[in-house]
Amino acid sequence: MNYYFCDIRPDHLSIDEAYDFILDDSCGGMCLFIGTVRNVNKGEAVTHLDFETYKPMAIKELAKICVKAKSLFSLEKIAILHREGHVGIREKAVVIAVSSMHRDDAFRACRFAIDELKETVPIWKKEFLEDGSYWVGARP
Amino acid sequence: MEIKCFGIAKDITNQSKIICADESISTVKDLRKWINSTYAEFNNLAQYMIAVNQEYGMEDQEIKAIDEIAIIPPVSGG
Repeated sequence: MNYYFCDIRPDHLSIDEAYDFILDDSCGGMCLFIGTVRNVNKGEAVTHLDFETYKPMAIKELAKICVKAKSLFSLEKIAILHREGHVGIREKAVVIAVSSMHRDDAFRACRFAIDELKETVPIWKKEFLEDGSYWVGARP
Repeated sequence: MEIKCFGIAKDITNQSKIICADESISTVKDLRKWINSTYAEFNNLAQYMIAVNQEYGMEDQEIKAIDEIAIIPPVSGG
């Protein structure tokens, strides 16, 4: 079985699915990061988000993050799940799970993975406010 | 050459893919010039990348009509 699992889903992300994938007899440290949609950004009320993805390239870039994380940290398994399409307040936009023998590498690899994802993976967030919408980070 | 558009690039061009018929374009840099002159609004973006066959392209990288090309505006996943 591969040590990483990446996917982009149009519906609910399962924490259990990510956790079950990373669970390993040799590991004592499991780190989970969950990015959820909040109802406010820069003081304005947010109604929901819409994620567009360049799916085949995004999956490849997610896999690269897993490979890089494995080369930098002592991790056993890693799973990254991301949503696409309409995502409501309190819903999970991203789930990252990492298992390691000890906690330090699990924490560090998980942090690395979400930071890299935000820099490199071709996924775009459109934020919907009560009076309009805009692509996050597109303009200087 | 077909160019896929995502995010704000789709809004600017009003299409999910655009066609570039300029046969003098042979590198990513050439294509960027063509995009910026055809759709001036791209000059106002934070920046954007061009993907070639689902990998980030280098400016001097050669491109051909059969390649899968995409405009990658600033990403904002997570």
